Amino acid sequence: MSEPVLKMCRVGKTHGRGAQRVDALVDIDLDVAPGEFVAITGRSGSGKTTLLNIAGALDEPTTGNVWVDGQDLGDLSNKELARIRRVSVGYVFQQFNLLPALTAAENIALPLELDGMEVKEARDYANLALEEVGLGGMGDRYPDQLSGGEQQRVAIARGLVGPRTLLLADEPTGALDEATGESILKLLRERCELGASALLVTHEPAFAAWADRVVRLRDGQIEEISVRSLVPSSTADIG
Amino acid sequence: MGIKEGLLALLADGAKHGYQLKLDLEAATGEGTAVNVGQIYSTLQRLERDDLVEGGTTDSEGRVVYRITPAGRSVLADWVTGPEDLATARRDEVSIKVLISIYTDGLSPEEVIEGQRRATMGLLQDLTQLRARDGGDDLAWQLHLDRLMYSAEAELKWLDRVEERLETASPGKRASRVDAPSEEVVK
Repeated sequence: MSEPVLKMCRVGKTHGRGAQRVDALVDIDLDVAPGEFVAITGRSGSGKTTLLNIAGALDEPTTGNVWVDGQDLGDLSNKELARIRRVSVGYVFQQFNLLPALTAAENIALPLELDGMEVKEARDYANLALEEVGLGGMGDRYPDQLSGGEQQRVAIARGLVGPRTLLLADEPTGALDEATGESILKLLRERCELGASALLVTHEPAFAAWADRVVRLRDGQIEEISVRSLVPSSTADIG
Repeated sequence: MGIKEGLLALLADGAKHGYQLKLDLEAATGEGTAVNVGQIYSTLQRLERDDLVEGGTTDSEGRVVYRITPAGRSVLADWVTGPEDLATARRDEVSIKVLISIYTDGLSPEEVIEGQRRATMGLLQDLTQLRARDGGDDLAWQLHLDRLMYSAEAELKWLDRVEERLETASPGKRASRVDAPSEEVVK
């Protein structure tokens, strides 16, 4: 078994103190292998987003350790953490967080350019990512010239652009109709088949079902629900 | 769909022999529906007895060819245009299992829910992969998969809701039903 892309060991997260103390996460152990697609389900307030933020180095655990690509996040400097967030991890959030002064393609290319990639190469990656989310040819539009669903797809393209090893998605299909939402999940799945790993937070069973492994958070703890083996689609023959 | 209505629908499209009806029925309802040829013949006999089809002639290979009668067309039309009454549909196995586990001492509804959730999520994962990989040439098969997936999804949501309701229901309310379950449980 190869080294997990994401490893969480006895991760806990506590908010508040004394009578207000809330244990958002309790002793979470979770490994995500290269190429694995894991869905986290659970009710609102079950800690799903907290777990995702900790996995993506956007929040720190109160207890326990998190490794991304074999690096213990607790040992890294802020600069090193910023690099992990920019290069290794792709985020797709509920909020689009697009920069209004930049075009769709510029928004997508930004993290690559920040990492030192040539502008032309970064734009090529951006246009490819736009095509993947069904927005080919719309790279020159500004966020306010796009519908809610289109903005969401730009945000998804930004999260997926470039060679990333860990994709984190928090209810990424919120503003999308069912068919577009499915195409985004298919895209995540394809990225996993090419070797990336994905962690998807969703309360929709139909979206969770795209994952190889479905887990459920309940009272800050993780329950395994269903595991399907990793079979590349090109070789599988179920039908 | 009952086999009876399926056969009437296929015969409304033209006279056919039994084996052809089996093949056409499977094609029309997707690969998910395998039909036993024996079921086809026994259903045809009943339809003939009720004057909904007639099987007087044979084809060049000696097989009995069936035709729909005017009475058969009328039964078919009523069936096609009449919506199914889901409100009076029989409770399914899963609902019954969950309800029994709630209202019977010594059984754990949480365990029933957990076990069913695992199985249904596994099924939904398999169906999702299957649909994603299938090219989509077979419309009947795609529609059949859609239907199965929506059912699985609904069941998972229902199981979550049951769990929520159990958590918020007062222990007294749950216990009192144990003494008098007959009306509520098996309506």
